[in-house]
Amino acid sequence: MVLMDAPLVLGIETSCDETGIGIVRGRQLLSNTIASSMDEHARYGGVVPEVAARAHLEALQPSIDAALAEAGVALSDIDAVAVTSGPGLAGALMVGVGAAKGLAVALDKPLYAVNHLVGHIAADILDADAGELEYPTVALLVSGGHTSLLLVRDLTSDVELLGETMDDAAGEAFDKVARLLKLPYPGGPEIDRAAADGDPTAIRFPRGLSRASDMASHRYDFSFSGLKTAVARWVEQHEAAGEPVPVADVAASFREAVVDVLVTKALDACERFGVPRLLLGGGVIANKRLRDVALERAAAAGVAVRIPPLRLCTDNGAMIAALAAELIASGCRPSTLAFGADSTLPVTEIQVAEDPDATAPGAALGPTAVRVST
Amino acid sequence: MILGIDTSLGTAVAAIARDGEVLADEQSANPLGHAEVIGDLLRRAATAAPAPSHVAIGMGPGPFTGLRVGIATARAYALGRGIPVVPVPSHDGVALGVLLADALTGADTPRFAVVTDARRREFAYSVYDGLDDDGLPVRIADAALSPRDDLDARLAEAGAVRYDATSVSAAMIALVAARALDAGRTLAEAEPLYLRSPDVVAAHAPKRVS
Ligand SMILES: [Zn+2]
Repeated sequence: MVLMDAPLVLGIETSCDETGIGIVRGRQLLSNTIASSMDEHARYGGVVPEVAARAHLEALQPSIDAALAEAGVALSDIDAVAVTSGPGLAGALMVGVGAAKGLAVALDKPLYAVNHLVGHIAADILDADAGELEYPTVALLVSGGHTSLLLVRDLTSDVELLGETMDDAAGEAFDKVARLLKLPYPGGPEIDRAAADGDPTAIRFPRGLSRASDMASHRYDFSFSGLKTAVARWVEQHEAAGEPVPVADVAASFREAVVDVLVTKALDACERFGVPRLLLGGGVIANKRLRDVALERAAAAGVAVRIPPLRLCTDNGAMIAALAAELIASGCRPSTLAFGADSTLPVTEIQVAEDPDATAPGAALGPTAVRVST
Repeated sequence: MILGIDTSLGTAVAAIARDGEVLADEQSANPLGHAEVIGDLLRRAATAAPAPSHVAIGMGPGPFTGLRVGIATARAYALGRGIPVVPVPSHDGVALGVLLADALTGADTPRFAVVTDARRREFAYSVYDGLDDDGLPVRIADAALSPRDDLDARLAEAGAVRYDATSVSAAMIALVAARALDAGRTLAEAEPLYLRSPDVVAAHAPKRVS
Protein backbone atom coordinates (compact mmCIF):
# COMPACT_ATOMS: atom_id res chain seq x y z
CA MET A 1 0.00 0.00 0.00
CA VAL A 2 1.18 3.44 -0.87
CA LEU A 3 1.97 5.62 2.09
CA MET A 4 0.03 8.78 1.45
CA ASP A 5 2.43 10.99 3.32
CA ALA A 6 4.61 10.58 0.25
CA PRO A 7 2.12 10.37 -2.64
CA LEU A 8 3.36 10.30 -6.21
CA VAL A 9 1.76 13.39 -7.77
CA LEU A 10 1.88 14.75 -11.30
CA GLY A 11 1.31 18.51 -11.42
CA ILE A 12 0.21 20.57 -14.44
CA GLU A 13 0.84 24.32 -14.59
CA THR A 14 -0.32 26.48 -17.54
CA SER A 15 -1.21 29.84 -15.99
CA CYS A 16 1.08 31.99 -18.12
CA ASP A 17 3.72 31.23 -20.75
CA GLU A 18 5.39 28.18 -19.19
CA THR A 19 3.97 24.71 -19.68
CA GLY A 20 5.12 23.04 -16.50
CA ILE A 21 4.86 19.34 -15.70
CA GLY A 22 6.21 18.31 -12.34
CA ILE A 23 6.38 14.96 -10.63
CA VAL A 24 7.02 14.65 -6.91
CA ARG A 25 6.95 11.87 -4.37
CA GLY A 26 5.87 13.68 -1.26
CA ARG A 27 8.58 16.31 -0.82
CA GLN A 28 10.99 14.64 -3.19
CA LEU A 29 11.33 16.26 -6.61
CA LEU A 30 11.44 13.68 -9.41
CA SER A 31 10.94 15.93 -12.44
CA ASN A 32 10.51 19.62 -13.15
CA THR A 33 9.85 19.77 -16.90
CA ILE A 34 9.21 23.20 -18.39
CA ALA A 35 8.44 24.19 -21.98
CA SER A 36 8.37 27.96 -22.40
CA SER A 37 6.74 29.95 -25.19
CA MET A 38 8.69 33.05 -24.16
CA ASP A 39 10.52 33.31 -27.47
CA GLU A 40 7.21 33.45 -29.33
CA HIS A 41 6.16 36.47 -27.26
CA ALA A 42 9.42 38.38 -27.66
CA ARG A 43 8.40 40.23 -30.82
CA TYR A 44 5.19 41.41 -29.15
CA GLY A 45 7.00 42.77 -26.10
CA GLY A 46 4.85 40.82 -23.65
CA VAL A 47 2.90 37.60 -23.19
CA VAL A 48 0.12 37.26 -25.77
CA PRO A 49 -2.63 35.10 -24.21
CA GLU A 50 -3.70 33.37 -27.44
CA VAL A 51 -0.11 32.58 -28.39
CA ALA A 52 0.50 31.19 -24.89
CA ALA A 53 -2.66 29.05 -24.96
CA ARG A 54 -1.79 27.54 -28.35
CA ALA A 55 1.71 26.78 -27.15
CA HIS A 56 0.40 25.02 -24.02
CA LEU A 57 -1.78 22.71 -26.11
CA GLU A 58 1.21 21.80 -28.29
CA ALA A 59 3.63 21.35 -25.42
CA LEU A 60 1.49 19.42 -22.94
CA GLN A 61 1.79 15.87 -24.17
CA PRO A 62 5.52 15.97 -25.00
CA SER A 63 6.14 17.58 -21.61
CA ILE A 64 4.18 14.89 -19.76
CA ASP A 65 6.12 12.21 -21.65
CA ALA A 66 9.43 13.92 -20.83
CA ALA A 67 8.55 14.33 -17.16
CA LEU A 68 7.56 10.66 -16.80
CA ALA A 69 10.77 9.56 -18.49
CA GLU A 70 12.89 11.78 -16.25
CA ALA A 71 11.09 10.66 -13.11
CA GLY A 72 11.33 7.02 -14.18
CA VAL A 73 7.68 6.38 -13.41
CA ALA A 74 4.65 5.31 -15.47
CA LEU A 75 1.31 7.10 -15.50
CA SER A 76 -0.20 4.04 -13.85
CA ASP A 77 2.07 4.64 -10.84
CA ILE A 78 0.63 8.12 -10.19
CA ASP A 79 -1.40 8.52 -6.99
CA ALA A 80 -2.95 11.88 -7.84
CA VAL A 81 -3.07 14.59 -10.49
CA ALA A 82 -2.73 18.27 -9.59
CA VAL A 83 -3.46 21.34 -11.67
CA THR A 84 -3.40 25.12 -11.39
CA SER A 85 -6.96 26.47 -11.37
CA GLY A 86 -5.84 30.10 -11.05
CA PRO A 87 -4.92 32.87 -10.90
CA GLY A 88 -3.53 33.43 -14.39
CA LEU A 89 -4.56 33.79 -18.03
CA ALA A 90 -7.99 32.16 -18.40
CA GLY A 91 -7.47 30.62 -21.83
CA ALA A 92 -4.08 29.28 -20.84
CA LEU A 93 -5.34 27.86 -17.54
CA MET A 94 -8.18 26.05 -19.31
CA VAL A 95 -5.76 23.97 -21.38
CA GLY A 96 -4.18 22.62 -18.21
CA VAL A 97 -7.54 22.11 -16.49
CA GLY A 98 -8.85 20.11 -19.46
CA ALA A 99 -5.72 17.97 -19.61
CA ALA A 100 -5.74 17.34 -15.85
CA LYS A 101 -9.37 16.21 -15.93
CA GLY A 102 -8.73 13.93 -18.90
CA LEU A 103 -5.77 12.37 -17.14
CA ALA A 104 -7.51 11.98 -13.78
CA VAL A 105 -10.57 10.32 -15.33
CA ALA A 106 -8.41 8.03 -17.50
CA LEU A 107 -6.31 6.92 -14.52
CA ASP A 108 -9.26 6.98 -12.11
CA LYS A 109 -7.12 8.95 -9.65
CA PRO A 110 -7.95 11.91 -7.41
CA LEU A 111 -7.54 15.39 -8.84
CA TYR A 112 -6.39 18.40 -6.81
CA ALA A 113 -7.12 21.87 -8.24
CA VAL A 114 -4.85 24.34 -6.52
CA ASN A 115 -3.81 27.97 -6.28
CA HIS A 116 -0.84 29.06 -8.37
CA LEU A 117 0.42 31.61 -5.84
CA VAL A 118 0.37 29.13 -2.98
CA GLY A 119 2.20 26.80 -5.34
CA HIS A 120 5.07 29.29 -5.44
CA ILE A 121 5.37 28.95 -1.67
CA ALA A 122 5.19 25.15 -1.92
CA ALA A 123 8.23 25.24 -4.23
CA ASP A 124 10.29 25.85 -1.12
CA ILE A 125 9.55 22.47 0.44
CA LEU A 126 11.09 20.69 -2.56
CA ASP A 127 14.46 22.17 -1.67
CA ALA A 128 16.13 19.14 -0.11
CA ASP A 129 19.02 21.23 1.18
CA ALA A 130 16.87 23.69 3.10
CA GLY A 131 15.56 22.91 6.54
CA GLU A 132 11.88 22.56 7.37
CA LEU A 133 9.76 25.56 6.38
CA GLU A 134 8.78 27.30 9.63
CA TYR A 135 5.52 29.11 10.26
CA PRO A 136 4.41 31.76 10.19
CA THR A 137 6.45 33.24 7.37
CA VAL A 138 6.04 36.31 5.21
CA ALA A 139 6.24 35.46 1.50
CA LEU A 140 7.06 37.88 -1.29
CA LEU A 141 6.09 36.54 -4.72
CA VAL A 142 7.34 38.56 -7.67
CA SER A 143 6.96 37.65 -11.33
CA GLY A 144 5.79 38.98 -14.69
CA GLY A 145 2.23 38.15 -13.70
CA HIS A 146 2.01 38.90 -10.00
CA THR A 147 3.49 40.85 -7.12
CA SER A 148 2.05 39.67 -3.81
CA LEU A 149 2.96 39.89 -0.16
CA LEU A 150 1.54 37.05 1.91
CA LEU A 151 1.46 35.95 5.51
CA VAL A 152 1.66 32.16 5.54
CA ARG A 153 0.58 30.48 8.76
CA ASP A 154 0.15 27.08 7.15
CA LEU A 155 0.77 26.16 3.54
CA THR A 156 -2.28 23.93 3.28
CA SER A 157 -4.79 25.83 5.38
CA ASP A 158 -3.93 29.44 6.18
CA VAL A 159 -2.48 31.91 3.71
CA GLU A 160 -3.39 35.58 4.11
CA LEU A 161 -2.97 38.23 1.43
CA LEU A 162 -1.28 41.28 2.95
CA GLY A 163 -1.00 43.22 -0.29
CA GLU A 164 -0.54 42.98 -4.02
CA THR A 165 0.11 45.19 -6.99
CA MET A 166 -2.63 47.65 -7.89
CA ASP A 167 -1.51 47.84 -11.53
CA ASP A 168 1.53 46.26 -13.22
CA ALA A 169 3.38 43.27 -11.82
CA ALA A 170 7.03 43.99 -11.06
CA GLY A 171 8.16 41.80 -13.96
CA GLU A 172 5.85 43.69 -16.28
CA ALA A 173 7.41 46.96 -15.14
CA PHE A 174 10.83 45.57 -16.09
CA ASP A 175 9.48 44.64 -19.54
CA LYS A 176 7.92 48.06 -20.11
CA VAL A 177 10.95 50.05 -18.96
CA ALA A 178 13.18 47.83 -21.09
CA ARG A 179 11.09 48.85 -24.10
CA LEU A 180 11.44 52.51 -23.13
CA LEU A 181 15.20 52.00 -23.12
CA LYS A 182 14.98 50.14 -26.46
CA LEU A 183 16.10 46.88 -24.84
CA PRO A 184 14.64 43.50 -25.89
CA TYR A 185 12.07 41.31 -24.15
CA PRO A 186 12.08 39.90 -21.52
CA GLY A 187 13.13 43.06 -19.72
CA GLY A 188 14.44 41.65 -16.43
CA PRO A 189 17.78 40.24 -17.58
CA GLU A 190 18.23 43.12 -20.06
CA ILE A 191 17.74 45.80 -17.41
CA ASP A 192 20.14 43.86 -15.19
CA ARG A 193 22.78 43.78 -17.90
CA ALA A 194 22.34 47.48 -18.67
CA ALA A 195 22.39 48.36 -14.97
CA ALA A 196 25.69 46.57 -14.32
CA ASP A 197 27.75 49.72 -14.90
CA GLY A 198 25.10 52.16 -13.71
CA ASP A 199 24.76 54.17 -10.53
CA PRO A 200 21.62 53.10 -8.64
CA THR A 201 21.55 56.46 -6.83
CA ALA A 202 21.92 58.57 -10.00
CA ILE A 203 18.19 59.29 -10.32
CA ARG A 204 15.68 59.20 -7.49
CA PHE A 205 12.66 57.53 -9.06
CA PRO A 206 9.44 57.33 -7.00
CA ARG A 207 8.63 54.42 -4.68
CA GLY A 208 4.96 53.62 -5.31
CA LEU A 209 2.48 53.58 -2.40
CA SER A 210 5.24 54.39 0.08
CA ARG A 211 4.13 57.76 1.38
CA ALA A 212 2.88 58.16 4.94
CA SER A 213 -0.59 58.73 3.53
CA ASP A 214 -0.48 55.34 1.79
CA MET A 215 0.23 53.45 5.00
CA ALA A 216 -3.38 53.35 6.18
CA SER A 217 -4.92 51.46 3.27
CA HIS A 218 -2.02 50.38 1.02
CA ARG A 219 0.80 49.63 3.41
CA TYR A 220 1.57 46.29 1.74
CA ASP A 221 0.28 47.04 -1.75
CA PHE A 222 2.49 47.84 -4.71
CA SER A 223 2.18 50.15 -7.70
CA PHE A 224 4.65 50.25 -10.55
CA SER A 225 2.82 52.18 -13.27
CA GLY A 226 3.77 55.56 -11.77
CA LEU A 227 7.40 54.47 -11.67
CA LYS A 228 7.25 53.43 -15.32
CA THR A 229 5.74 56.80 -16.24
CA ALA A 230 8.41 58.63 -14.26
CA VAL A 231 11.14 56.77 -16.14
CA ALA A 232 9.43 57.54 -19.45
CA ARG A 233 9.17 61.22 -18.59
CA TRP A 234 12.79 61.40 -17.49
CA VAL A 235 13.97 59.77 -20.72
CA GLU A 236 11.76 62.01 -22.89
CA GLN A 237 13.01 65.15 -21.19
CA HIS A 238 16.61 64.17 -21.84
CA GLU A 239 15.88 63.30 -25.45
CA ALA A 240 14.00 66.61 -25.93
CA ALA A 241 16.98 68.49 -24.55
CA GLY A 242 19.20 66.70 -27.02
CA GLU A 243 21.14 65.01 -24.25
CA PRO A 244 22.20 61.37 -24.50
CA VAL A 245 20.21 59.06 -22.22
CA PRO A 246 22.52 57.41 -19.66
CA VAL A 247 20.91 53.99 -20.07
CA ALA A 248 23.05 52.33 -17.40
CA ASP A 249 22.13 54.91 -14.77
CA VAL A 250 18.43 54.89 -15.71
CA ALA A 251 18.33 51.08 -15.61
CA ALA A 252 20.18 50.89 -12.29
CA SER A 253 18.07 53.64 -10.71
CA PHE A 254 14.82 52.07 -11.94
CA ARG A 255 15.82 48.65 -10.70
CA GLU A 256 16.80 50.14 -7.35
CA ALA A 257 13.38 51.76 -7.00
CA VAL A 258 11.64 48.42 -7.65
CA VAL A 259 13.95 46.44 -5.37
CA ASP A 260 13.76 49.06 -2.62
CA VAL A 261 9.98 49.11 -2.48
CA LEU A 262 9.70 45.30 -2.61
CA VAL A 263 12.23 44.70 0.15
CA THR A 264 11.06 47.61 2.31
CA LYS A 265 7.46 46.45 2.33
CA ALA A 266 8.37 42.80 2.88
CA LEU A 267 10.58 43.61 5.87
CA ASP A 268 7.97 46.04 7.20
CA ALA A 269 5.51 43.14 7.19
CA CYS A 270 8.01 40.91 8.99
CA GLU A 271 8.44 43.55 11.68
CA ARG A 272 4.78 44.42 12.11
CA PHE A 273 3.68 40.80 12.40
CA GLY A 274 6.68 39.82 14.46
CA VAL A 275 7.73 37.20 11.90
CA PRO A 276 11.49 36.86 11.49
CA ARG A 277 11.16 34.78 8.32
CA LEU A 278 10.84 35.86 4.69
CA LEU A 279 10.32 33.51 1.76
CA LEU A 280 10.99 34.80 -1.75
CA GLY A 281 9.38 33.30 -4.86
CA GLY A 282 8.44 34.01 -8.47
CA GLY A 283 10.54 34.47 -11.60
CA VAL A 284 11.77 37.97 -10.72
CA ILE A 285 13.70 36.44 -7.81
CA ALA A 286 16.19 35.52 -10.54
CA ASN A 287 17.18 39.19 -10.31
CA LYS A 288 20.44 39.12 -8.39
CA ARG A 289 20.17 42.69 -7.15
CA LEU A 290 16.79 41.87 -5.57
CA ARG A 291 18.25 38.82 -3.85
CA ASP A 292 21.34 40.71 -2.66
CA VAL A 293 19.42 43.66 -1.24
CA ALA A 294 16.85 41.37 0.39
CA LEU A 295 19.56 39.24 2.02
CA GLU A 296 21.57 42.25 3.19
CA ARG A 297 18.67 44.21 4.67
CA ALA A 298 16.99 41.12 6.11
CA ALA A 299 20.21 40.18 7.88
CA ALA A 300 20.36 43.67 9.38
CA ALA A 301 16.75 43.29 10.52
CA GLY A 302 17.32 39.83 11.96
CA VAL A 303 15.06 38.18 9.38
CA ALA A 304 15.98 34.80 7.89
CA VAL A 305 15.47 34.66 4.12
CA ARG A 306 14.58 31.50 2.20
CA ILE A 307 14.98 31.38 -1.56
CA PRO A 308 14.03 28.17 -3.39
CA PRO A 309 16.35 27.09 -6.23
CA LEU A 310 15.72 29.45 -9.15
CA ARG A 311 14.38 26.71 -11.44
CA LEU A 312 11.62 26.24 -8.85
CA CYS A 313 10.99 30.01 -8.55
CA THR A 314 9.78 30.46 -12.11
CA ASP A 315 6.37 29.00 -12.94
CA ASN A 316 6.53 25.21 -12.88
CA GLY A 317 4.45 22.09 -12.37
CA ALA A 318 6.58 20.68 -9.57
CA MET A 319 5.37 23.34 -7.14
CA ILE A 320 1.77 22.49 -8.07
CA ALA A 321 2.43 18.79 -7.48
CA ALA A 322 4.21 19.62 -4.22
CA LEU A 323 1.27 21.64 -2.93
CA ALA A 324 -1.12 18.80 -3.76
CA ALA A 325 1.16 16.31 -2.03
CA GLU A 326 1.05 18.47 1.10
CA LEU A 327 -2.75 18.73 0.86
CA ILE A 328 -2.95 14.94 0.64
CA ALA A 329 -0.60 14.50 3.57
CA SER A 330 -2.82 16.91 5.52
CA GLY A 331 -5.86 14.75 4.84
CA CYS A 332 -7.54 17.08 2.34
CA ARG A 333 -10.09 15.48 0.05
CA PRO A 334 -9.65 15.74 -3.72
CA SER A 335 -11.44 18.35 -5.84
CA THR A 336 -14.64 17.58 -7.72
CA LEU A 337 -14.45 17.55 -11.52
CA ALA A 338 -16.68 20.62 -11.68
CA PHE A 339 -14.17 23.45 -11.33
CA GLY A 340 -12.94 25.73 -14.07
CA ALA A 341 -10.16 28.23 -14.60
CA ASP A 342 -10.35 31.20 -12.25
CA SER A 343 -8.14 34.00 -13.52
CA THR A 344 -8.56 36.01 -10.31
CA LEU A 345 -8.55 33.18 -7.76
CA PRO A 346 -7.79 34.73 -4.34
CA VAL A 347 -4.74 33.41 -2.54
CA THR A 348 -6.88 32.39 0.43
CA GLU A 349 -8.37 29.63 -1.72
CA ILE A 350 -5.49 27.19 -1.51
CA GLN A 351 -7.50 24.34 -3.01
CA VAL A 352 -10.50 24.73 -5.31
CA ALA A 353 -13.71 22.66 -5.21
CA GLU A 354 -12.75 20.22 -2.44
CA ASP A 355 -15.29 17.41 -2.72
CA PRO A 356 -17.24 16.93 0.52
CA ASP A 357 -18.34 13.46 -0.58
CA ALA A 358 -14.92 12.13 -1.47
CA THR A 359 -12.56 10.28 0.82
CA ALA A 360 -9.09 11.64 1.32
CA PRO A 361 -6.38 9.42 -0.20
CA GLY A 362 -4.50 9.52 3.09
CA ALA A 363 -7.58 8.74 5.17
CA ALA A 364 -6.59 5.13 5.74
CA LEU A 365 -3.55 6.38 7.60
CA GLY A 366 -5.67 8.28 10.06
CA PRO A 367 -3.70 10.28 12.57
CA THR A 368 -0.36 9.14 11.21
CA ALA A 369 -0.80 11.31 8.10
CA VAL A 370 1.88 13.94 8.33
CA ARG A 371 0.85 17.55 8.66
CA VAL A 372 3.02 20.30 7.33
CA SER A 373 3.17 22.27 10.51
CA THR A 374 3.29 21.03 14.03
CA MET B 1 -15.63 1.24 -28.47
CA ILE B 2 -14.76 4.76 -29.47
CA LEU B 3 -14.98 7.78 -27.21
CA GLY B 4 -15.85 11.05 -28.96
CA ILE B 5 -15.15 14.54 -27.60
CA ASP B 6 -16.04 17.85 -29.20
CA THR B 7 -15.97 21.34 -27.69
CA SER B 8 -16.13 23.38 -30.87
CA LEU B 9 -19.76 24.34 -30.18
CA GLY B 10 -20.84 23.57 -26.63
CA THR B 11 -19.37 20.59 -24.84
CA ALA B 12 -20.13 17.03 -25.93
CA VAL B 13 -18.74 13.64 -24.94
CA ALA B 14 -20.09 10.36 -26.30
CA ALA B 15 -19.15 6.73 -26.64
CA ILE B 16 -20.14 4.36 -29.42
CA ALA B 17 -19.59 0.70 -30.13
CA ARG B 18 -17.52 0.02 -33.22
CA ASP B 19 -20.71 -0.84 -35.13
CA GLY B 20 -22.14 2.60 -34.38
CA GLU B 21 -24.38 1.81 -31.43
CA VAL B 22 -24.46 4.82 -29.11
CA LEU B 23 -23.47 3.80 -25.57
CA ALA B 24 -23.34 7.26 -24.03
CA ASP B 25 -24.20 10.73 -25.28
CA GLU B 26 -23.42 13.49 -22.80
CA GLN B 27 -23.65 17.16 -23.55
CA SER B 28 -23.90 20.57 -22.03
CA ALA B 29 -26.11 23.14 -23.70
CA ASN B 30 -24.05 25.95 -22.19
CA PRO B 31 -21.99 27.38 -25.06
CA LEU B 32 -19.36 28.43 -22.50
CA GLY B 33 -18.04 26.75 -19.39
CA HIS B 34 -16.29 23.94 -21.28
CA ALA B 35 -13.60 23.45 -18.65
CA GLU B 36 -16.17 23.30 -15.85
CA VAL B 37 -18.34 20.56 -17.34
CA ILE B 38 -16.05 18.36 -19.40
CA GLY B 39 -14.75 16.28 -16.50
CA ASP B 40 -18.15 15.08 -15.34
CA LEU B 41 -19.36 14.48 -18.92
CA LEU B 42 -16.22 12.48 -19.63
CA ARG B 43 -16.53 10.42 -16.46
CA ARG B 44 -20.14 9.50 -17.26
CA ALA B 45 -19.31 8.53 -20.83
CA ALA B 46 -16.22 6.62 -19.74
CA THR B 47 -18.28 4.69 -17.20
CA ALA B 48 -20.66 3.59 -19.96
CA ALA B 49 -17.74 2.65 -22.19
CA PRO B 50 -14.94 1.59 -19.86
CA ALA B 51 -12.52 0.23 -22.45
CA PRO B 52 -12.46 2.45 -25.54
CA SER B 53 -9.97 1.59 -28.27
CA HIS B 54 -9.68 5.15 -29.61
CA VAL B 55 -10.52 8.73 -28.71
CA ALA B 56 -12.07 10.74 -31.55
CA ILE B 57 -11.50 14.49 -31.20
CA GLY B 58 -13.42 17.26 -32.93
CA MET B 59 -10.59 19.54 -34.09
CA GLY B 60 -12.80 22.52 -34.91
CA PRO B 61 -13.24 25.01 -36.34
CA GLY B 62 -14.69 26.75 -33.31
CA PRO B 63 -13.97 29.48 -30.78
CA PHE B 64 -10.37 28.75 -29.78
CA THR B 65 -10.59 28.83 -26.01
CA GLY B 66 -13.39 26.28 -25.79
CA LEU B 67 -12.07 24.17 -28.66
CA ARG B 68 -8.74 23.69 -26.89
CA VAL B 69 -10.41 22.37 -23.73
CA GLY B 70 -11.83 19.37 -25.57
CA ILE B 71 -8.61 18.67 -27.43
CA ALA B 72 -6.51 18.92 -24.25
CA THR B 73 -8.92 16.67 -22.35
CA ALA B 74 -9.15 14.11 -25.16
CA ARG B 75 -5.40 13.90 -25.67
CA ALA B 76 -4.74 13.52 -21.94
CA TYR B 77 -7.45 10.89 -21.59
CA ALA B 78 -5.96 8.93 -24.49
CA LEU B 79 -2.49 9.28 -22.99
CA GLY B 80 -3.76 8.03 -19.64
CA ARG B 81 -5.45 5.02 -21.25
CA GLY B 82 -2.59 4.36 -23.65
CA ILE B 83 -4.85 4.51 -26.71
CA PRO B 84 -4.57 6.54 -29.93
CA VAL B 85 -6.49 9.69 -30.82
CA VAL B 86 -8.35 10.15 -34.09
CA PRO B 87 -8.64 13.80 -35.14
CA VAL B 88 -11.89 14.62 -36.95
CA PRO B 89 -12.98 17.93 -38.51
CA SER B 90 -15.96 18.98 -36.38
CA HIS B 91 -17.98 19.90 -39.47
CA ASP B 92 -17.61 16.30 -40.72
CA GLY B 93 -19.55 15.16 -37.65
CA VAL B 94 -22.34 17.63 -38.36
CA ALA B 95 -22.40 16.62 -42.03
CA LEU B 96 -22.65 12.91 -41.23
CA GLY B 97 -25.59 13.65 -38.93
CA VAL B 98 -27.39 15.58 -41.68
CA LEU B 99 -26.75 12.87 -44.28
CA LEU B 100 -27.80 9.99 -41.99
CA ALA B 101 -31.00 11.79 -40.97
CA ASP B 102 -31.92 12.31 -44.61
CA ALA B 103 -31.02 8.71 -45.47
CA LEU B 104 -33.44 7.49 -42.80
CA THR B 105 -36.31 9.42 -44.35
CA GLY B 106 -35.22 8.61 -47.87
CA ALA B 107 -34.68 12.28 -48.63
CA ASP B 108 -32.16 13.28 -51.26
CA THR B 109 -29.62 15.60 -49.64
CA PRO B 110 -28.51 18.42 -51.92
CA ARG B 111 -24.96 19.75 -51.80
CA PHE B 112 -24.77 21.67 -48.53
CA ALA B 113 -22.52 23.75 -46.34
CA VAL B 114 -22.12 23.25 -42.60
CA VAL B 115 -21.96 26.74 -41.13
CA THR B 116 -20.80 27.65 -37.61
CA ASP B 117 -20.14 30.93 -35.88
CA ALA B 118 -16.50 31.99 -36.00
CA ARG B 119 -16.88 35.23 -33.99
CA ARG B 120 -15.59 38.58 -35.27
CA ARG B 121 -18.42 38.83 -37.81
CA GLU B 122 -17.30 35.73 -39.61
CA PHE B 123 -18.69 32.27 -40.23
CA ALA B 124 -16.71 29.06 -40.66
CA TYR B 125 -18.09 26.76 -43.33
CA SER B 126 -17.29 23.49 -45.08
CA VAL B 127 -19.09 22.18 -48.18
CA TYR B 128 -20.28 18.56 -48.47
CA ASP B 129 -21.90 16.49 -51.18
CA GLY B 130 -23.27 13.08 -50.20
CA LEU B 131 -21.62 10.02 -48.67
CA ASP B 132 -18.79 8.08 -50.25
CA ASP B 133 -18.33 4.29 -50.32
CA ASP B 134 -16.74 4.40 -46.87
CA GLY B 135 -19.89 5.98 -45.48
CA LEU B 136 -18.08 9.27 -44.91
CA PRO B 137 -19.35 12.70 -45.97
CA VAL B 138 -17.72 13.90 -49.18
CA ARG B 139 -16.07 17.16 -48.21
CA ILE B 140 -15.62 19.16 -51.38
CA ALA B 141 -14.38 22.33 -49.66
CA ASP B 142 -12.39 22.28 -46.43
CA ALA B 143 -13.34 24.57 -43.57
CA ALA B 144 -12.83 28.24 -44.39
CA LEU B 145 -13.85 31.61 -43.00
CA SER B 146 -16.25 34.03 -44.63
CA PRO B 147 -17.45 37.48 -43.60
CA ARG B 148 -21.03 37.02 -42.43
CA ASP B 149 -22.47 39.22 -45.14
CA ASP B 150 -20.63 37.39 -47.92
CA LEU B 151 -21.51 33.85 -46.95
CA ASP B 152 -24.77 33.45 -48.87
CA ALA B 153 -23.20 34.70 -52.08
CA ARG B 154 -20.30 32.31 -51.65
CA LEU B 155 -22.61 29.37 -51.02
CA ALA B 156 -24.74 30.28 -54.05
CA GLU B 157 -21.60 30.26 -56.14
CA ALA B 158 -20.68 26.84 -54.73
CA GLY B 159 -24.21 25.60 -55.39
CA ALA B 160 -24.60 24.63 -51.74
CA VAL B 161 -27.58 25.08 -49.45
CA ARG B 162 -26.84 26.45 -46.05
CA TYR B 163 -27.02 24.33 -42.89
CA ASP B 164 -26.43 26.36 -39.73
CA ALA B 165 -25.21 24.02 -37.00
CA THR B 166 -26.23 24.80 -33.44
CA SER B 167 -24.45 21.84 -31.88
CA VAL B 168 -21.93 19.16 -32.74
CA SER B 169 -22.75 15.59 -31.77
CA ALA B 170 -19.82 13.80 -30.16
CA ALA B 171 -21.45 10.51 -31.17
CA MET B 172 -21.24 11.62 -34.81
CA ILE B 173 -17.59 12.62 -34.30
CA ALA B 174 -16.97 9.11 -32.96
CA LEU B 175 -18.89 7.55 -35.86
CA VAL B 176 -16.88 9.52 -38.43
CA ALA B 177 -13.74 8.25 -36.67
CA ALA B 178 -15.01 4.65 -36.70
CA ARG B 179 -15.69 4.79 -40.43
CA ALA B 180 -12.35 6.50 -41.12
CA LEU B 181 -10.57 3.78 -39.12
CA ASP B 182 -12.42 1.06 -41.01
CA ALA B 183 -11.34 2.65 -44.27
CA GLY B 184 -7.79 3.32 -43.10
CA ARG B 185 -8.17 7.03 -43.76
CA THR B 186 -6.97 10.14 -41.92
CA LEU B 187 -9.42 13.03 -42.06
CA ALA B 188 -7.68 15.81 -40.18
CA GLU B 189 -4.27 16.95 -39.03
CA ALA B 190 -3.35 16.47 -35.39
CA GLU B 191 -3.52 20.22 -34.72
CA PRO B 192 -6.65 22.34 -34.14
CA LEU B 193 -8.41 23.91 -37.13
CA TYR B 194 -7.87 27.48 -35.94
CA LEU B 195 -8.24 29.02 -39.45
CA ARG B 196 -6.92 32.27 -38.00
CA SER B 197 -3.56 33.44 -36.69
CA PRO B 198 -3.36 34.81 -33.16
CA ASP B 199 -4.68 38.34 -33.43
CA VAL B 200 -1.70 40.31 -32.28
CA VAL B 201 0.44 43.10 -33.59
CA ALA B 202 4.16 43.42 -33.05
CA ALA B 203 5.20 45.77 -30.26
CA HIS B 204 5.11 49.40 -31.27
CA ALA B 205 7.21 52.19 -29.81
CA PRO B 206 6.04 53.17 -26.33
CA LYS B 207 3.55 56.04 -26.17
CA ARG B 208 4.88 59.41 -25.06
CA VAL B 209 3.85 60.44 -21.56
CA SER B 210 4.84 64.11 -21.60
ZN1 LIG C 1 3.82 32.52 -11.03
